[in-house]
Amino acid sequence: MRTSTRRSRRLAAIAAVAAMTAGLLAGCSKDSNDGKSDSDGGGSGKTQLTIGTFGVFGYKQAGLYDEYMKLHPNISIKENVTTRTDVYWPKTLTRLQAGSGTDDIQAIEVGNITEAVQTQADKFVDLGKEVDKSQWLGWKLSQATTKDGKTIALGTDIGPMAICYRKDLFAKAGLETDRTKLAAQWKGDWAKYVDLGKTYMKKAPSGTKFVDSASSVYNAALGGESQRYYDKDGNVIWDKSTGVKKSWNAAMTVATSNMSAKLKQFDPTWDQGFAKGSFATVACPAWMMGYIQEKSGDAGKGKWDVAAAPTAANWGGSFIGVPTAGKHQKEAVALAKWLTAPEQQAKVFAKQASFPSTPGAYSSLTPAAATTEYFSNAPITQIFGDSAKTIPVQYFGTKDQPIGTAITDVGILQVEQKGKTPDQGWNAAKAEIKDVLGQ
Amino acid sequence: MTSSKQALAQPATSADAAPGSQPGAARGAQGRGTPPQHPGSWRSRLYRWDMKASPYAFIAPFFIIFGAFGLVPLLYTAWYSLHNVQLSGLDHQTWAGLDNYKNLLSSEFFWNALENTFSIGVISTVPQLLMALGIAHLLNYRLRGSTVWRVVMLTPYATSVAAATLVFTLLYSWDGGMVNWLLHFVGVHPINWRESDWGSQFAVSSIVIWRWTGYNALIYLAAMQAIPTDLYESAALDGAGRWQQFRHVTIPMLRPTILFTVVVSTIGATQLFGEPLLFGGVSGSKGGSAHQYQTLGLYMYDQGWGIGNLGKASAIAWTMFLILLIIAAVNLLITRRLRKSQ
Repeated sequence: MRTSTRRSRRLAAIAAVAAMTAGLLAGCSKDSNDGKSDSDGGGSGKTQLTIGTFGVFGYKQAGLYDEYMKLHPNISIKENVTTRTDVYWPKTLTRLQAGSGTDDIQAIEVGNITEAVQTQADKFVDLGKEVDKSQWLGWKLSQATTKDGKTIALGTDIGPMAICYRKDLFAKAGLETDRTKLAAQWKGDWAKYVDLGKTYMKKAPSGTKFVDSASSVYNAALGGESQRYYDKDGNVIWDKSTGVKKSWNAAMTVATSNMSAKLKQFDPTWDQGFAKGSFATVACPAWMMGYIQEKSGDAGKGKWDVAAAPTAANWGGSFIGVPTAGKHQKEAVALAKWLTAPEQQAKVFAKQASFPSTPGAYSSLTPAAATTEYFSNAPITQIFGDSAKTIPVQYFGTKDQPIGTAITDVGILQVEQKGKTPDQGWNAAKAEIKDVLGQ
Repeated sequence: MTSSKQALAQPATSADAAPGSQPGAARGAQGRGTPPQHPGSWRSRLYRWDMKASPYAFIAPFFIIFGAFGLVPLLYTAWYSLHNVQLSGLDHQTWAGLDNYKNLLSSEFFWNALENTFSIGVISTVPQLLMALGIAHLLNYRLRGSTVWRVVMLTPYATSVAAATLVFTLLYSWDGGMVNWLLHFVGVHPINWRESDWGSQFAVSSIVIWRWTGYNALIYLAAMQAIPTDLYESAALDGAGRWQQFRHVTIPMLRPTILFTVVVSTIGATQLFGEPLLFGGVSGSKGGSAHQYQTLGLYMYDQGWGIGNLGKASAIAWTMFLILLIIAAVNLLITRRLRKSQ
């Protein structure tokens, strides 16, 4: 009997090893049957749609998934969230090209949309045929459209710019606090906004600075320029671009003065800066308002106010597209269409203050009461709406994001925090961009 | 069918057990490698096949996993490194020969990263191992609650890199960080830890030291406990004090262990990635605005996933691999030298 137990134990061990190996190998193979079990075999008989997003998209928060599932009882929706865009996008790129592992709907950030349009267009369903294209802002639609007219993704939100400022700190520094008069003081030029910073610093309440960082001024100013890093034909022109030059100069005034809190945006210390009130203004795209409310907390309630930015500018915003690798393309297209329709965009705005890319929604926009109250009852809809309508058409390129990072996180940061001269900063950014472009 | 091995072994079995009775028991007495009775029968054939094949079957999972997730990517990376590959165009690679490598050697960023990797490696490894040695020596004394101390030593190692780095980043933050707060008592002006050249390297190293000192201390402790006590007794008889015992008995006996920890720490230092990445926060793969703490690992990540130049990133990966091979070779030489000198 000893023999048989020994042998059976041995057999069991071998079987276990074999099963493990087989399982591993199976794990490597394409999971082509995954979707089927959801739609055909699954007990519920529902079609499960997945949507890949980054950051806080606001669809779930605004209850849109629940609402859609109620309208379409045969659909269930699952959101796969990646917090950071710089992690989300490389992952999505590889999955798109592998033709597997993509979600039924993928979100695309504005910094990546040109790369997607130019290199991944064949991996996305042409949504242009499915929707009324005229409901989007022209520039938003054209950003997601290829040269031969294929629209690979639908616009979700945009980032029209305003300036969020601390009314109480402005009053202490002896500055104007009325939002209309302030906007008039810096209208037309970010240099005027920066000049106001010099005045602020003369009587600044102790422990406060005028602005969070030089990079935020750069990004905001560049968002209002028609010439960025690429020209219309996709050539890199960043070092000749008038937009870059102007925005750089404004940022340099900030970086070489004492008006910056020298924080890095989206760092934990930046969050603390909001909480402590260590800066009086921040360039404020619509989506930033939710962030300010969260990080400044109750202490900032009623102290923040919103004024129109020097120029109509855009910073951020996203798209959603339907990959051709998806198994439920028809259902996914229907969902994407619904999510980006003006009514739904208005709902996201009401919850999250993400500004719609469909002008049809503007007349019916009502921000959450809490948001309005937090920002001193500023006419948020009107301020951002005015900005949205006059944002210049901008051309993006495939390496837009790394070029921008080189300028803000190498060039400007060296001047602001390492005490380099603006020329040294510019040259450092130049060397970095050369490396980015593989020159 | 009858091999010489079998013929040799045959008498032993027949002398030991009657044919047909309990082959398991016979093996139990004789140990592995003893073929059973009935040469040529299907059972013995199965048995011998089992003897030969099952060890391979048992280690196969490791090699299959290593092949799939280690070797194939390794070779594929070598292939990539000879091409121009962009993250957004994986299917459109063009042959580049050794261009990626040439590009690296002429790039100031690569040399900077190599230098940083080396300097952070030295700042983090040397104090870490010295401290570990001292701590292990202390733990080796009779202590109350020795297990508690040992567990405490190992806790940093059990913390995740992300959690530890996040806390350290806050401690080192320029405005309102605890380190600067403590320094202001001794009259030091606030240091911008992240953007200063040596400060950032020191900060990154301190995270590494904090996480790995206890781990190395435990390895040293285990080796110390294997040193026979009579060595210490005879040293004591010769009039050696504690410090002399430590220098002339403990250290020489620990030599192979020290070598092991040096090798492992060096490899770890060469691959240093998580700490500086997270310490940098947003766009941390740049390793600071002047790349002052960008290690080779970060440079590779930045090229591959930040910029999207996978060909060059692969070339960096292979260069790192070659550097590690060189380190291993140097280590082998030193070990041989040491062995000869003994």
